[in-house]
Amino acid sequence: MEQPLAYVPGTGRMSHLVPPGLTRRKRTKVFYLLLVVLLAGSYAKAQETFPINGVADPREGCYAFTHATIVKEAGSTLQDATLVIRDGRIISAGPGVVIPKDAVVVDCKGKYIYPSFVDIYSDYGTQPVKKSSQGFRSPPQFLSNTKGAFGWNEAIKSEINAAAIFKTDEPKAKTLRQAGFGAVLTHQQDGIARGTGALVTLAADRENKVMVREKASAQYSFDKGSSTQNYPGSLMGSIALLRQTYLDAQWYKNHPSKEGINLSLQSWNDEQTLPQVFEVNDKWDVLRAKKIGDEFGVQYIIKAAGNEYQRVAEMAATKAAFILPLNFPAAMDVEDINDARFVALSDLKHWELAPTEPGAFEKAGIPFCLTAAGLKDNKQFLSNVRKAIDYGLSEQKALDALTKVPAALIKASDQVGTLDAGKLANFLITSGPLFKENTVLYQNWVQGKRYIINEDGWMDVRGTYTLTLSPGATYNILVKGTPVAPSLALLQQADTISGTIVLEDKLVRLAFPLTKKGTRTLRLSGVISGDAWNGNGLDTSGNTVKWNAAFSKAFVPPADSAKKKADLDLTKIYYPFNGYGWETTKLQQQDILIKNATVWTNEQQGKLENTDVLIRAGKIAQVGKSLPAGNALVIDGTGKHLTPGIIDEHSHIAITRGVNEGTQSVTSEVRIADVLNPDDINIYRQLSGGVTSSHLLHGSANTIGGQTQLIKLRWGANAEDLKFAGWDPFIKFALGENVKQSNWGESQRTRFPQTRMGVDQVLDDAFTRARDYEKQGPGKRRDLELDALVEILNHKRFITCHSYVQSEINMLIHEADKFGFTVNTFTHILEGYKVADKMKKHGAGASTFADWWAYKMEVQDAIPYNATIMQRVGLTVAINSDDAEMARRLNQEAAKSIKYGGMTEEDALKMVTLNPAKLLHISDKVGSIKPGKDGDVVLWSDDPLSIYAKAEKTIVDGVVYFDRQHDAELHQRIATERNRLIQKMLAEKKKGSPVDKIKPTRDELWNCEDMESGHQHGTTDNQ
Amino acid sequence: MKKYLTLYITCLAFTGRVLAQETIYPAAAQQKTIVLTHATIHVGNGQVIENGSITFANGKITAVGADVPSSADAQVIDVQGQHIYPGIIAPASDVGLTEVESVRATNDYEEVGELNPSVRALIAYNTDSKVINTLRVNGILLAQVTPAGDLLSGSSSVVQLDAWNWEDAAYKTDDGQHFFMPQLLPPSNPFRGPQPPANDREKEAYEKIERVRAFFREARAYIQEGKHTETNLKFEALRKLFSKEQKLYIHCNIVKEMLLAVDFVKEFGFEVVIVGGSDAWMMPDILKQNNIAVILAQPHSLPTMQDDDVDQPYKTAAQLQKAGVLFCISNEGFWQQRNLMFEAGTASAYGMSKEEALSAITLNTAKILGIDKTTGSLEPGKDANIAVSTGDILDMRSNNITHAFIQGREVSLDNKHKQLYERYKYKYGLK
Repeated sequence: MEQPLAYVPGTGRMSHLVPPGLTRRKRTKVFYLLLVVLLAGSYAKAQETFPINGVADPREGCYAFTHATIVKEAGSTLQDATLVIRDGRIISAGPGVVIPKDAVVVDCKGKYIYPSFVDIYSDYGTQPVKKSSQGFRSPPQFLSNTKGAFGWNEAIKSEINAAAIFKTDEPKAKTLRQAGFGAVLTHQQDGIARGTGALVTLAADRENKVMVREKASAQYSFDKGSSTQNYPGSLMGSIALLRQTYLDAQWYKNHPSKEGINLSLQSWNDEQTLPQVFEVNDKWDVLRAKKIGDEFGVQYIIKAAGNEYQRVAEMAATKAAFILPLNFPAAMDVEDINDARFVALSDLKHWELAPTEPGAFEKAGIPFCLTAAGLKDNKQFLSNVRKAIDYGLSEQKALDALTKVPAALIKASDQVGTLDAGKLANFLITSGPLFKENTVLYQNWVQGKRYIINEDGWMDVRGTYTLTLSPGATYNILVKGTPVAPSLALLQQADTISGTIVLEDKLVRLAFPLTKKGTRTLRLSGVISGDAWNGNGLDTSGNTVKWNAAFSKAFVPPADSAKKKADLDLTKIYYPFNGYGWETTKLQQQDILIKNATVWTNEQQGKLENTDVLIRAGKIAQVGKSLPAGNALVIDGTGKHLTPGIIDEHSHIAITRGVNEGTQSVTSEVRIADVLNPDDINIYRQLSGGVTSSHLLHGSANTIGGQTQLIKLRWGANAEDLKFAGWDPFIKFALGENVKQSNWGESQRTRFPQTRMGVDQVLDDAFTRARDYEKQGPGKRRDLELDALVEILNHKRFITCHSYVQSEINMLIHEADKFGFTVNTFTHILEGYKVADKMKKHGAGASTFADWWAYKMEVQDAIPYNATIMQRVGLTVAINSDDAEMARRLNQEAAKSIKYGGMTEEDALKMVTLNPAKLLHISDKVGSIKPGKDGDVVLWSDDPLSIYAKAEKTIVDGVVYFDRQHDAELHQRIATERNRLIQKMLAEKKKGSPVDKIKPTRDELWNCEDMESGHQHGTTDNQ
Repeated sequence: MKKYLTLYITCLAFTGRVLAQETIYPAAAQQKTIVLTHATIHVGNGQVIENGSITFANGKITAVGADVPSSADAQVIDVQGQHIYPGIIAPASDVGLTEVESVRATNDYEEVGELNPSVRALIAYNTDSKVINTLRVNGILLAQVTPAGDLLSGSSSVVQLDAWNWEDAAYKTDDGQHFFMPQLLPPSNPFRGPQPPANDREKEAYEKIERVRAFFREARAYIQEGKHTETNLKFEALRKLFSKEQKLYIHCNIVKEMLLAVDFVKEFGFEVVIVGGSDAWMMPDILKQNNIAVILAQPHSLPTMQDDDVDQPYKTAAQLQKAGVLFCISNEGFWQQRNLMFEAGTASAYGMSKEEALSAITLNTAKILGIDKTTGSLEPGKDANIAVSTGDILDMRSNNITHAFIQGREVSLDNKHKQLYERYKYKYGLK
């Protein structure tokens, strides 16, 4: 049973009111006893170690805030209530509470009191960390530069303890208090593991006084931050490093002697019981973090990036709680049409929809809190909360998200979040309901200390007064307007004559003419003492007068002109979130009958003229003449050609933040599967070229690269649903110039290997270690790198190896023979024609370029007849792209073998359909048009090997993912939407809202040799 | 090994084939009149002659048509059923200026410095580049070799692709100056790392462009005065540009850049050609109105923006064609030039006729480079720069060159790739 909690004065802690085990009656008795003690205020004096320079000034800070509307928490509003605080804690809150005799009474009539906000994603009081400028051209750094007995990787900073580096920062604290915050969870925002966060208040006091909880959270991200160490150099490397660290920490619990003392792992283990907070950069990162959490039994609290609303269903499925930022993008200056061209619809839409994120989360029932993190100016915070409310967030959820929820998420509900007795006296006094547009925050009390945010308006002097001049007459004056900006009117029978009123501290000055048309002004200056004002002045003739004004009637504010909620008319969410996305994630698989086409079956029957193909439930059901349509959608294929979907054996599309780990020679622990980018426009572009499956490879910067991922181009699906089900896992290897860093500049001369001799040794060493590792008994340190290599040794994972010259091809075959496995595929393999016989004997296949050469030394002997020779020697040969542009015309690349070496058209087509399917062990599912296989087909306007052929429809699993007619409609939709949003941005500028200079939208494009932020690929990338 | 080699050499001797790159010789000048008969002749200007013949003597075309009289001493080559095309011209290329892209020592296409109008690409053109032979075999017979650089990179020249040295190769010497306009685009959102200062890059770009204008203004003034105590080679190098014997090739892609390129015509009266022009489809009328020609960036490119039509780069050529802009199609790089005609093939698939697409790599190119009086189409009086293909030259299925003539000389179609092909067919016993 939950024990009732109460604040134990003098200790600064909450305690169970009664020890467990007492009877109910006894408990009650003790409770009252304690209450009496509390109210009497007789408790042990606080002591502290810090010496005092001067005369001690101990204060209990007892205050009573009376006649206020107290919102203890969302849904609990108390009218005409009193809040009592003492010694920085709340004593009581409610109507009719006893006001202690030693309380300073503050009349809060007409004012509202709310719990101060809690931000659990802050770097308050930590040093800003400079991002690493470590680039691919700097000399390599293999190990951490952190001094001390810490771990090997500089990005794992689990030993960082925010409490130990925290330093109060009054200017920053002030901006946060002004935004309404009373306490923050702060941590050093640097690295992949960032150590612990500390819960501190924003009081202007010593570090040890403002610290509420020394270790309140453990913090993580995918960003290596200031680490100058090369590894990890990619997002997939960050993920692998996190996973390996979980494993290492587990292993470290048994104090393995070889490791010695590793303070990073020790801290890591110590921190696991705390709330675990993970910062992401993108909506898809949320799912990446979730996957890691699932693997190691951790439920992260996610610090969101701000675009999660684009995939709310996926976000809800994580069951995580979220910390949502409110740094909504500003409108861009799109006046210049030639600039606006470079802002994609996806960015325009994001501008419009970003404020819907909290509302969308509320609607989906996802728990969340809000953070000021990422705002350029904390002054925007409250207005952005209000904006989120305008865009669908309820006021109740908004308040929860600012107070109760963040407190609960970091298990600090006993300290902050509501105005319950015993909690920190962190509260806001406002002029009215918090989220109303013109409500003013007057004061933010933190740990029982007052911080004034707005002095103006605190004293609400509005009302009708009887003004008496002496000598002189008596007048009725009305002070109206708002508390912050009062205005004055002299009431003269029928006339209302306006004047001015200015308040300064408790002084007031009034000036007004006595008649409507009067040009002379009566000037009065005085002091406000409660309801009685008095002072001196000069009348309109310049004679000295005394005056006083007495309150006669309360001010009745005019009824709120019910502000009509602007009709938002928001853009729809597209899946993927760009111009070519669908309006739904639920695409209907339908039965399709393609009639009367020339069907390239890739089976024994070859090319069939005037033939029908029926796709049912996503599979090819029938191939034949005059098939009955039934309920199927009929597509006329007359004069057109139907082929199996194109399969790209070597692609780097749909990958985010790095295609190469490449920082070590062996990185078999990294996985492309972790970094799929379902939003990549190149998925759509490649569908337009008839591609239905792509094998996404790690790059070629190191000898043993990362694990690959085969996907189907299901445009609109999330990462999991893109994956090709039931495939055999593969891994990328590479040989030659890239892995020996021949073309990386003079700074890259220290990583082993620098020669082909060394490449051989890297392989020999890696597989030797893997073999030894496999033999080790229980209790071994699980090594993700070696796990993948053991899979290769056990024929459970297959190699596709980037390779060019014959010597290295020969070498890898020898290594594979030595360790008892087969190299599945040599990719690029531009000198494959020289050793085709050896490859055949070994059992390897080939996936090559049609005609690339001369771009580097190792391709000097590359010839366009390569594919033909290898095919004639009997290898399974595929043509691949390694390039997002070439991939959409792989049919043309295949056709080059007709020119170079006289391959037949059907064999040429197989090089981009059936043969890659064979190389990928999926020819039982795709690669030919045969009943039972997947409904992955392309309808071409012409002979598919002709330069004039266009893919008219590309079908995956029986769903038409690309269609020229639909594509034309999308162009129209894009144009209409762009225009609407640009006009809206222009209106924003006209209104005077701040606008940013345009930022051209940039798509990620990778090829084999790219390191992160690597090559330049397009107009908007050319910088 | 030695035995193997001997066998190999014996085999070569036996087949009588010349099997070494170094023994592929430039052809000697045309001696006899040559007549190619019974072919489909694609003139290059849109005209197609079925079952036609073409006669050329002393390097010049003398007759083209369905009924061409044959002289007794002429060498008649019956190319029954084949297609005859003008030799394809690769504009804005670095053919012969680089051999192995990643090896710095082989790269001679970019000099240091911002203002290098006196730099001449021609003198670095390596006629012995092994790449050149791989272009001829696909029908590419001429190329514009172009210096790259920051701002003014120097002058390009047009070369014919069968020569002993650059002097022989020169087809049109110093045909134009090249200006690489800095990009007028604000910085993108970075994927990682801090945002670069927003305005500096554009400001810097405008400053650079103004430096080029200022340079031209001073050059113009310098040229107007005949006598100088000190000779300025950079200004001297611009005389032909001001006298319009040279063109100004402005390398740029986006609308703002192209608008400024147009202004170079207005301020200096230059004959301006835009090289790149990937967004030229957005302003064809302005280009047409100002008589600006475009050497269009390769159609086999990705669209500039994610919102763009997925086929936009394929369609741009047809859009320029429709608007009446004089344009030709280019391809990046050096070895890649062998695919130039397939770029044109794609352009044809997306909205223009095959003959129009052919013009975009032959006659239009010749017009833009200022060599249309002597080449670019198969018309009497022009140089006999001719490629014969068994099928459609624009389609990789049927591009199969059986004969090629440069200035009437039948050039070798052998190359390193064919030789390696033969070598390994031999190894595996393939026919």
